[in-house]
Amino acid sequence: MNIIEVENVSMHFNLMEERVDNIKEYIVRLIKGNLLYNDFVALDDVSFTVQKNDLLGIVGLNGAGKSTLLKILAGVFTPTSGKVKVNGTVAPLIEVGAGFDEELTARENIFLNGLILGYTKDFLKEHFDEIIDFAELRKFINVPVKNFSSGMYARLGFSIATAVKPDILIVDEVLAVGDYKFYEKCEKRISEMIKDGVTIIVVSHDMALIERLCTKLLWLEHGKIKAFGDKDEIISQYRKS
Amino acid sequence: MQFIKNIYKFRYLLIELVSRDIKKKYRRSILGVFWSLLNPIFTMLITAMIFSHLFRFDIENYPLYLLCGQIIFTFYNESTRFAMLAIIENGDLLKKVYVLKYLFPTSRVLSSCVNLLFTLPALMLIIVVTDANFSIATLSFIIPLALMLIFCLGVGLILATLAVYFRDMIHLYSVFLSLLSYATPIFYPESIVPEEYALVLKLNPICYFLRAFRQSVCEGIFPDFDLLLTCTAISSVTIFFGWQLFKKYQNHFVLYI
Repeated sequence: MNIIEVENVSMHFNLMEERVDNIKEYIVRLIKGNLLYNDFVALDDVSFTVQKNDLLGIVGLNGAGKSTLLKILAGVFTPTSGKVKVNGTVAPLIEVGAGFDEELTARENIFLNGLILGYTKDFLKEHFDEIIDFAELRKFINVPVKNFSSGMYARLGFSIATAVKPDILIVDEVLAVGDYKFYEKCEKRISEMIKDGVTIIVVSHDMALIERLCTKLLWLEHGKIKAFGDKDEIISQYRKS
Repeated sequence: MQFIKNIYKFRYLLIELVSRDIKKKYRRSILGVFWSLLNPIFTMLITAMIFSHLFRFDIENYPLYLLCGQIIFTFYNESTRFAMLAIIENGDLLKKVYVLKYLFPTSRVLSSCVNLLFTLPALMLIIVVTDANFSIATLSFIIPLALMLIFCLGVGLILATLAVYFRDMIHLYSVFLSLLSYATPIFYPESIVPEEYALVLKLNPICYFLRAFRQSVCEGIFPDFDLLLTCTAISSVTIFFGWQLFKKYQNHFVLYI
């Protein structure tokens, strides 16, 4: 079963040095006809499919379009052209804690962030203890998160985002934060999800992690697919380049 | 329809967003939410003092008349200004997580509405103190308020969309608001407006809501049917247009914030 279908997806960004956001400049540019000046192609005609239970790793150098692709899959970006079909729920671990409100406490943020991610209120009440214990932040439950360290921040974010078992888990370099103990805990949780049949998409520069977790690889270069297929073939090619 | 269905589906998130706004507004202040009550009363008292001594208008129960005007205009002012910034200020979040974007302007209009509800006791107080006509028909004030809420929501969606593309809107709009505050009969009676400016009041949608609101509160009667019909028409057109505009552009917001 195809759980994700990506068909001829392209993504263009308008990289204006000075972004046009006032009317006068807009009109000046419009007259000069260079509104679309500096068009940047982040993804160029990308097509692939992901089967259920696939463990897909996306590799490539900085600026290859990996994060853009993940954000398209997570529904944050709408592609400039092409179609994306996702059959199932997606839990995006893209910069966890993005929805936190600095002024609010850990408890309030669990509810706010959880609801933003689409959980129900009852679910959150039920799993509240689990979330706070996994993040090891029970002592700081009523502290505004602006006083948190970056590690605590990431732990709370990861804990909320993985409280539910999704159909597809998207992981973007998220494991780079936190100490090794928490790192191991995260990996363990991801491994459990793999056992439960969750489809996983990982972006990482950590080749050891990719080798451990993934079965398939997608290699992006300058927004195009350079190679797509089983891990073993591609990983040796990628290492050589 | 889709709009209403989704609003219902995401009601808990909306409630959470609204309560966040309110919590943040009064966090660390001792009187907290009482300020919602005290603020309009103090402003009203000051304005009433000035206008009943310096310039006298021939208005029955001037304090109540004034308070109605202030409550309605403050609601419009606060909710639309707040909603305009909703997308920009939540940009960080929208760039990283998929959320229904219109929940943000909506939640902000709703939190202004909650603030307005907190000021209602002040209104009650003034009704009692000034011994105004109070009857069961007074309670019909809720109808113009509800219509006003829909209107503000529509305006908020339009402004939120425009502000993403043109940041100048934020400054332009505050100038426009101060103009609008004089074009709305908040502290003066409609009758003093000279003939040649009558059109301004006719074109100002807030006037209609305010007139209906005053009929309920100051006169204690059910608002004119024609007037309510006009308000309904204004609200429906605004929300429809706002929703269409927002829907058309929402997918491109992330590229501009």
